[in-house]
Amino acid sequence: MADNFKFNVDGRELQAKPGTLLIDACRAAGIEVPAFCYYPGLSLQAACRMCLVEIEKTPKLQTACTTPVAEGMIVRTSTPIVVDARRAMLELLLANHPLDCPVCDKGGECELQDMVFRYGAAESRFREEKRHVDEQQWSPVVYYDAPRCILCYRCVRVCGEGMDVWALGVVNRGARSEIAPNHGDHLDCEECGMCIDICPVGALTSGAYRYRARPWEIKYVSTICTHCGDGCKTTLSVRNGKILRGNNRDHSGINGEFLCIKGRYGYDFIENPNRIRTPLIRKDGKLVEASWEQAIQTIAAKWKEILHRRETGTQEAQAFGVIGSNHTTNEENYILQKFARTVLKTNNIDHHRTVDYAALIRAIANAIAKPVGDSAARPASDFLARSKDLSIASAVLVIGGNPTDQHPLLAWNIREGCRLNGTRLYVINSRRIPLARKTFRFLPIAEGGEQNALEFLRGERDAEKRLQGATPGGREVTAEFLNDFRDKLGQEKDLIVLFEAALSGECVAQLVEWGSRLPGRTRFIAQGDYSNSRGAADMGLLPNALPGYASVEDNDARLRFENAWSTTVPAEPGMPLHDMLAAAAQGKLESLYVIGANPLKGWDTAASLGGCFVVVQDLFLTETALVADVVLPAASAYEKSGTVTNTCGELQKLSKGMEVMGTRADLDIFSRLAGALGVTQAPLKSEEVLEEIRKLVSGYGVPLVNIVAGGAELVAPLDGFQPVSATHTANVKSSRDTLFTSGTLGRYSSSLQAVPERTTRTEPDPA
Amino acid sequence: MQFSTQLEEKFHRLAQHYPVKRSALVPMLLFAQDEYGFLSKEIIAEISRRMDLTVLDVEGTISYYSMLRTKPAGRFHLQICTNISCMLRGGDKLFDHAKTKLGIGNGEVTPDGLFSLEEVECIGACAWAPAIQVNYDFHHELTPERLDQLIDEIQRVSRV
Amino acid sequence: MPSQPSEHEVRVLSRRFGLPNSASIDTYLANDGYRALEKALKEMTPDSILEELKVSNLRGRGGAGFPTGMKWSFVPRQSPKPKYIVCNADESEPGTCKDRLLMEYDPHQLIEGILIAGIVVGSHQGYIYVRGEYRYLIDILDRALEEAYARGYLGKNILGSGFDFDLYTHTGAGAYECGEESALLESLEGKRGIPRIRPPFPAVAGLYASPTVLNNVETFSSVPPIIVNGGKWYAELGTPRNGGTRLFVLSGHVKRPGVYELPMGTPLRKLIYDVGGGIIGDKKLKAVIPGGSSTPVLTADAIDTPLDFDSVAKAGSMLGSGAVIVMHEDTCIVRAALRIMQFYAHESCGWCIPCREGTNWLKKTLTRFHSGGGREEDIGLIEDLAKNMLGRTFCPLGDAAAMPTIAFVQKFRNEFEMHLAGQPCPFEKHGQLVGA
Ligand SMILES: Cc1cc2nc3c(=O)[nH]c(=O)nc-3n(C[C@H](O)[C@H](O)[C@H](O)COP(=O)(O)O)c2cc1C
Ligand code: SF4
Ligand code: SF4
Ligand code: SF4
Ligand code: FES
Ligand code: FES
Repeated sequence: MADNFKFNVDGRELQAKPGTLLIDACRAAGIEVPAFCYYPGLSLQAACRMCLVEIEKTPKLQTACTTPVAEGMIVRTSTPIVVDARRAMLELLLANHPLDCPVCDKGGECELQDMVFRYGAAESRFREEKRHVDEQQWSPVVYYDAPRCILCYRCVRVCGEGMDVWALGVVNRGARSEIAPNHGDHLDCEECGMCIDICPVGALTSGAYRYRARPWEIKYVSTICTHCGDGCKTTLSVRNGKILRGNNRDHSGINGEFLCIKGRYGYDFIENPNRIRTPLIRKDGKLVEASWEQAIQTIAAKWKEILHRRETGTQEAQAFGVIGSNHTTNEENYILQKFARTVLKTNNIDHHRTVDYAALIRAIANAIAKPVGDSAARPASDFLARSKDLSIASAVLVIGGNPTDQHPLLAWNIREGCRLNGTRLYVINSRRIPLARKTFRFLPIAEGGEQNALEFLRGERDAEKRLQGATPGGREVTAEFLNDFRDKLGQEKDLIVLFEAALSGECVAQLVEWGSRLPGRTRFIAQGDYSNSRGAADMGLLPNALPGYASVEDNDARLRFENAWSTTVPAEPGMPLHDMLAAAAQGKLESLYVIGANPLKGWDTAASLGGCFVVVQDLFLTETALVADVVLPAASAYEKSGTVTNTCGELQKLSKGMEVMGTRADLDIFSRLAGALGVTQAPLKSEEVLEEIRKLVSGYGVPLVNIVAGGAELVAPLDGFQPVSATHTANVKSSRDTLFTSGTLGRYSSSLQAVPERTTRTEPDPA
Repeated sequence: MQFSTQLEEKFHRLAQHYPVKRSALVPMLLFAQDEYGFLSKEIIAEISRRMDLTVLDVEGTISYYSMLRTKPAGRFHLQICTNISCMLRGGDKLFDHAKTKLGIGNGEVTPDGLFSLEEVECIGACAWAPAIQVNYDFHHELTPERLDQLIDEIQRVSRV
Repeated sequence: MPSQPSEHEVRVLSRRFGLPNSASIDTYLANDGYRALEKALKEMTPDSILEELKVSNLRGRGGAGFPTGMKWSFVPRQSPKPKYIVCNADESEPGTCKDRLLMEYDPHQLIEGILIAGIVVGSHQGYIYVRGEYRYLIDILDRALEEAYARGYLGKNILGSGFDFDLYTHTGAGAYECGEESALLESLEGKRGIPRIRPPFPAVAGLYASPTVLNNVETFSSVPPIIVNGGKWYAELGTPRNGGTRLFVLSGHVKRPGVYELPMGTPLRKLIYDVGGGIIGDKKLKAVIPGGSSTPVLTADAIDTPLDFDSVAKAGSMLGSGAVIVMHEDTCIVRAALRIMQFYAHESCGWCIPCREGTNWLKKTLTRFHSGGGREEDIGLIEDLAKNMLGRTFCPLGDAAAMPTIAFVQKFRNEFEMHLAGQPCPFEKHGQLVGA
């Protein structure tokens, strides 16, 4: 590695690696160099000329954003000439800029305003008529006001280079230059709003936020997006108890500046008029409004009766089934399973499993326990990757799925790695997914061919034969290509493998086993669908596993929880989700308790749940809630605090942004129900529950400092018991959400409903 | 969309000239415009498709070049230079004269579609100023009288 | 169309202009055509050719006057990448119409010059980028290329030497900025003509990121005579460090405007009065723009300036593209400044703030000023705005707009003052601006 260059800026001796841009070197040393067009990670433009500095021995001022540092370079950033150049640039910019700051959405957080404040030129000598162009609406969420645009081209680059969507461009030339959307007068894109976020001025604004508030009237609440499994940090702008905007204001957290449409706009389901705001009880076949007290008492009465019958042995059917949520917090999930296991005395607890986390954790535990050959045992961190690691790993393998649509943050990070760090991307897919454009090697497979592809990777001759030949997309896969693919992959020393529901159970074990034979470190990310699906599995919303994947059949494991909880836990594994539904349909389940889930969606025997006493706790009247006996209105993730774990295993903290009248947090509902059953649910508060989780749940004993400060910690439930493999892995199914859908929540988000791409975005072509 | 045989031939030849496909874009656009009078949405879509470019990218390119247009011009497009060398010898007067004579303003087309008028920057005829171009043909050292003759002549010929 | 030749001319590049069928390869061959190529291929090495060029003191005719031999020597000949020769035939600098004649009347001379560049740097492919308005020249050039291919001067194994070279024409579509070398390369790659960040320079990473020689038409056309007659001969035609002859474009208020080939260093007075026949109507000379619209204006007292790069620089301007624009006493300088700024505002690519906003602001202010709405402080503002652009734009177009403006204000402040508040342009009352 080359030595650092030494150079001098404003009399200070500095050092930086060869190739470092002067602007970065200055900023790292705390020397301010203003910039509009320079944006770290995006291509260089040299367009705004704000970063001009004096460099000794060069006659003209130079742009610090394009000049690499050089040995012995002498730079001055605050001489009168430099100061004057900045002021002049701002004066030129302001000449045609409308001075409507008081009504501009960016007022108060505008980079141009800031610069003028800092570098002068407030008083304009411009006496001519300004150019006027009407504001344009490009999509339900993107507006463009050309006169405010300073043509820094950040939006064009973030959309093209960052998102790989290329929906924005520059048209016309000279003073008539402006930014244009890809379809003449409107956009056809991913509607992520990254362009709005990156715009230094108020030229691109969001439909959701426009003209609704002034930045200084707002309270900012940093929390975690409640849609997909990637767990982006989003900052809610709240005024008078209403959320006005979502963005990642300070670009902190695991996602940096990234948010997709759901994180940026999809919070709006909270104020959907269909939101349930009062409990409902079925009377004469109809759901009618009731008070919380009535609802809780109705449930308690029924459940007491069932519990009593069971104690007295007069009951034949299974008593209770509990279906938990992929959206509720870790604390809620933990308390829910504790409630199910200790109060309802059942292991009939499950959730919609969208990927087989349990299999992954178990496979990793095995790999750690039995290292390949004579290599030393590796730490868990050698098997699990954080989301950001995708931007720096030297290679990434994506098997199946479509991260761009289902895991927008992971896809963003993968693209960043390819763009800035030369990550070699391998994709195995039956479709030409958008990430295919970035691949180093793309292996087309048949629909559903992921398992076969895995067998091929593991060296199976037959599997290899099945991959050869013409693909539906008209490509030809040859033996040479396959060999080359496997050879190249086999040499990767720092690989991250992403898989999804197509590989579950034994396949996951095989995948991990294959990965641990590669020459270097191979890490894995199981891509599950919702905001806390990983947390649901980790917290034991599984019929055979206690929190941390400890088997209910394992006496030691059970004993540990029983001691901590001072009660007993059934040792018999419970029914998985589909068995519970089937049992209910056959009249073999007395009561089904469904929290934030909609298992009846697409289930045609709804009516036959008839005999079962169904309690549903949710935000909306889902298909399941419609057949319930009691419906309890729950709070969403934006209305409570707690923690969630993203699909990579990163633990983060939710903060309460606002309240919706009439609803209650799930945690709160659990303790009321327990109370009504005569049990004191302890602990009560989310923070206390987290303390218990940190003590009892494998992997969760991580330090909290980072998390409290808005960061994340990677949890690996691998420090406790031998994890149990999940049963019934056939039930692992992806929700197949797209960029514009998000289960139930998506159906009630007006912005997700409004964007036309929701219906026009087509599935990628066959590979 | 299929272009005329000559144009297809031109495109074919162009494609052989460059190691990178996109290089042929600007000539293709100009040649297509020469044949069709302007670059319609269909032409733009077709050329984008052939070049593996987005329509936006092609539109961005078109709107950069002053000779490329997306609206029809007259059959005879009068381009009058008023830049410095021509101005010094009456180019601006010539332009005013043309406006009156044709009854149209800058960038407009006569109702019969025969003429359009454009004030242009230096066309490289400064030593023979004032100069104009009618489509691609240069006319040098013009006076208002000679411009009248030229316009009358075009009208006469195109009526036959 | 070439103007009546003048007895004062020294015709090196233009010596075939008057010949019948001067563009045909037969005429060319009958008049020393392709002798330089033959010599370069059979008797010389790339290094000895470079040496002749250096001795010749040939400096680029596109505007900046950079020594051609030195430019070619920057190309990394060892590079494994293909190398390209690009001829800049975008000729759009107001006042300039010389390349047009070189292509119209002697296209083979240009082709030969390009071929020699190819030999020097080891390139096998070239393009002539012709401004879109010069469509008829594309036809002429294509015909010449066809002839050259047919006679074995282009294509494979040229003259049995084993040297291959392919040359194509390429049309622009209306953009002055595409004459700027890096914008030209972008345009040649099919994109908007936005300049590139430099370094790297085209010699190292130009067309398709490969080493590229880029020169003006006249520069390439000057190479064959240098090779045939020697660099020393050529150098001695001009003044020290300014070798040879060049085509001067004389326009504006002179009796015999035209394109004339004269030795470097010819005094301005000689060009205007002897070659150009003096000022129309025998009026008084007011100002001269010596090298195309981007060069600062000279006042009448600079009339004895020798027209070579160094002398004109000493007089406070630039020889640029050799376009000498003459203005007599009835010319309104404010109007001239306005018309030139209008041009730059129209041609600014819009990429960078100072040029995009500066040219526009200046255009608007000058328009108001010229139409009688000017105020005292506007004069300072105009100068100040231009100075704020100078040296701070992304490419030299910004400077090209700023430099003449500064000169107009500084040298003709009185004329700006004559336009102040409410006054109609004092020159309009002379009625006719049209000469001749
Ligand atoms: C805005 C701008 C426009 C230019 N236009 C032309 C042009 O039309 N023709 C030309 O030969 N050079 C033009 N140049 C100069 C070229 O950038 C380049 O320096 C020249 O073609 C190099 O050739 P030479 O060394 O033979 O002069 C222009 C430069 C600028 C900054
Ligand atoms: S819209 Fe905003 S981000 Fe895009 S170029 Fe204009 S100012 Fe920059
Ligand atoms: S990527 Fe996922 S977590 Fe991030 S904003 Fe989008 S939906 Fe929310
Ligand atoms: S100076 Fe800037 S705006 Fe002007 S032409 Fe050059 S890059 Fe474009
Ligand atoms: S930040 Fe350097 S030019 Fe814009
Ligand atoms: S100024 Fe009119 S042709 Fe050059």
